[in-house]
Amino acid sequence: MSSSPAATPGQAHYFVPQPSIYPFILASGMFMLALGFILKINQFPAGPWIMLAGAATIITMLFKWFGKVIYENQTGAYADWEDRSFRHGMIWFIASEVMFFAAFFSALFYTRNISVPQLGGMLAQHGVTLWEGYTGGWPTAGPKASHFEPMAAWGLPAINTALLLSSGATVTWAHWGLLKNNRFQLMLGLFLTVALGVAFMACQAVEYHHAYTEMGLTLGSGVYGATFFMLTGFHGFHVTLGAVMLTVILLRSMSGHFSAERHFAFEAVAWYWHFVDVVWLLLFVLVYWL
Amino acid sequence: MSATTLPHDAAGHHGEHHPSGLMRWLTTTNHKDIGTMYMTFSMVMFFLGGLMILLVRAELFQPGLQFLKPEFFNQLIGNHALIMIFGALMPAATGFANWQIPLMIGAPDMALPRLNNWGFWLLPPAALMLTLPFVLELFGVGDGALATGWTFYAPLSVQGGIGVDFAIFAVHLLGISSIMGSINIIVTIFNMRAPGMTLMKMPLFVWGWLVTAFLLVITLPVLAGAVTMLLTDRHFGTHFFSAAGGGDPILFQHLFWFFGHPEVYILLLPVWGLVPHVLSTFSRKPIYGYKAQVYSFIAIGVLSLIVWAHHFFTAGLPVPALLYFMYSTMSISLPLAVLFFCWIATMWRGAMTFETPMLFAVGFIVLFGIAGLTGLVLADVAADAQYHHSYFVVAHFHFALFTGGIMGVMTGVYYWLPKWTGHMYSETLGKLHFWLTVISFNLAFMPQFFLGLAGMPRRIPDYALQFAEYNAISTVGAFILGFAQLLFAYNIWKCIKGGPSVSARVWEGTEGLEWQLPSPPPHHSWDVQPTVK
Ligand code: HEM
Ligand SMILES: [Cu+2]
Repeated sequence: MSSSPAATPGQAHYFVPQPSIYPFILASGMFMLALGFILKINQFPAGPWIMLAGAATIITMLFKWFGKVIYENQTGAYADWEDRSFRHGMIWFIASEVMFFAAFFSALFYTRNISVPQLGGMLAQHGVTLWEGYTGGWPTAGPKASHFEPMAAWGLPAINTALLLSSGATVTWAHWGLLKNNRFQLMLGLFLTVALGVAFMACQAVEYHHAYTEMGLTLGSGVYGATFFMLTGFHGFHVTLGAVMLTVILLRSMSGHFSAERHFAFEAVAWYWHFVDVVWLLLFVLVYWL
Repeated sequence: MSATTLPHDAAGHHGEHHPSGLMRWLTTTNHKDIGTMYMTFSMVMFFLGGLMILLVRAELFQPGLQFLKPEFFNQLIGNHALIMIFGALMPAATGFANWQIPLMIGAPDMALPRLNNWGFWLLPPAALMLTLPFVLELFGVGDGALATGWTFYAPLSVQGGIGVDFAIFAVHLLGISSIMGSINIIVTIFNMRAPGMTLMKMPLFVWGWLVTAFLLVITLPVLAGAVTMLLTDRHFGTHFFSAAGGGDPILFQHLFWFFGHPEVYILLLPVWGLVPHVLSTFSRKPIYGYKAQVYSFIAIGVLSLIVWAHHFFTAGLPVPALLYFMYSTMSISLPLAVLFFCWIATMWRGAMTFETPMLFAVGFIVLFGIAGLTGLVLADVAADAQYHHSYFVVAHFHFALFTGGIMGVMTGVYYWLPKWTGHMYSETLGKLHFWLTVISFNLAFMPQFFLGLAGMPRRIPDYALQFAEYNAISTVGAFILGFAQLLFAYNIWKCIKGGPSVSARVWEGTEGLEWQLPSPPPHHSWDVQPTVK
């Protein structure tokens, strides 16, 4: 992709954008969203309204900012040098996302392998029973939480795995199309990927509904419920973001953006999608299956 | 598409319009403007955090409760720490990065200028998040700011008031800001170096920041995850930190310190990077052991990720874990000792002069050495059982963070300020500032070692009579220290406004690309990249 040699003195000119107000307004929008949320969870009636204003600001700014970047790109502001900056940037952004999920996976590991066995083993280890009849074991809602039914791996979750894995394949197929300049394959591949992503989210919604209404499995179901919903919930949120980004890429493909040589945005979104895919595989094995 | 087909108005540099006044700062994409904003913000936060802790020291001047309600006292100490760490030290380091990295590696600007501006403008909202609850309480809303100490330990933080929620979101904003800043720095270092500047020719300051940026990208998301779990435990019924649901408060400590320990190196690596430049300049000798220092940075960065539990030896960890964390912690002192050796060897038999930056650099080495040695004491599991949560720890980390961090930043400010402004600061005021700072710092914090050894716990507004003398001395020192910093601000202000002009090289012993540009450097520094041989 970015194989051209490093810029030589006097030749390349790095694109430094004009002053822009978007970052400042975006930051203000984020402040409002956070402030509104804090007020809402502390039962202040103004909260939701401030959140709404913040969210609207953020969405508007994202449209404007990305729109500007796309415009700059289409008018030829970026050469290989700038392209490399975006690539590196995206890679390290995904790395930080990996570490965010790592925090929740560590919580799962810690509770499952350390704190729950310890709580259950009080009698053997220390000769005391803190909670009558509590013996640890997984899945558990802990000594004091209510009864629930754990999520089985081989129903919907297995179907979901198949859906996401195929979506990883279709996005690669779309990439092949782009590289061959086969626009139809590109668009069809992207469309299928979005469709599979939406199907995945629908299945997750059904699963959550089922968990809450029939299985008694909620956020409050001890550490099992907490790790289950936080991990799958943040993953689902990332799938949603990924699907939105893929849709944007699809629309851009339809209006003729991207060429076989230059299509960083496509690749960035594809990387992101694969990242979401890998997280799901870990989830399937560690949260649902084992 | 090649660079030659750039339409002129899209290229940014040409036909540029510069908003003036406030709009210049709100919209800027220039690394120097953004660097200046970071430094200014840092200075404001430094005084705000200082003011908070002077209130605390006033209360601790004598035993008994004098001025503050205990609840308010608790709010002050936690917010003092958060503001000093996230508001004063980290932004100062990022300000240096913004100003210096492009100049030092011959880049036209930071790689992602708009992202850069966004990173900065997330900071004032975060500061507002931390301080707003103080104000709200005055109007009868909520029960004040975060009162758990800066470490947010559960279950106290699960039970706390609205201040905890504000602090959680402040941490989120600060985290996003730092991650974006770090990504920008990594990309700039990898993609924007002048032709010929290989990684092993990069200035040490840039190396220090590269390791720092990696640590931030790795650890800050974990802190974000931890405070998110705290938020859901508080408001959405999860049991991450509650034994009733199978969770564990200790889990929070693991997650927090997985971030928290690397954080201390995040605060220090940029400083360790800049001090060798100063030592070399004023000793008129090249930096000793460049490679050894680079490898030590990397070693410290890696080790810092695997030692976190030394912050809660007393929480009831299994013995094998205690031993592992003790030995791994102690092993950090090896690469740290290499650094000390290289610093001293750089000065060895040099033609030394002691301008203000050099005074601060040498003061840094001596006082920071005390931090490292007392750290070794704390790393000993058996000894730590006595010293944990005592004033000994407070003294230890202030020797680390004030002399290692803040005095390192001051070293850099005095060293580079003439480059940035084109004017020389007042050497007399600078020296006065140095001596006042060093003496009053020791007056304030040396007694705290003895208080800790004698058993005074930290984070309490009242104490037993036997601790009275040392606390009184400490408070006097703290007040002198605080007021001495006004000299610093005044000196900087004067230097911005005017003063004797300086040459491009500023100091006679300087090496490196940044000294080839005029002082102050033009708005777009390396529009055409230099070539490094
Ligand atoms: C060889 C070097 C070092 C060692 C072995 C070391 C070891 C330790 C240990 C074991 C503790 C926990 C003490 C306790 O709570 O009982 C501690 C606390 C602390 N150290 Fe260090 N340290 C070293 C250097 C540093 C440096 C360079 C910094 C900062 C730049 C630093 C900052 C801190 C802070 C902020 C705390 C306390 C945090 C809190 O509890 O609020 N240390 N250190
Ligand atoms: Cu530590």
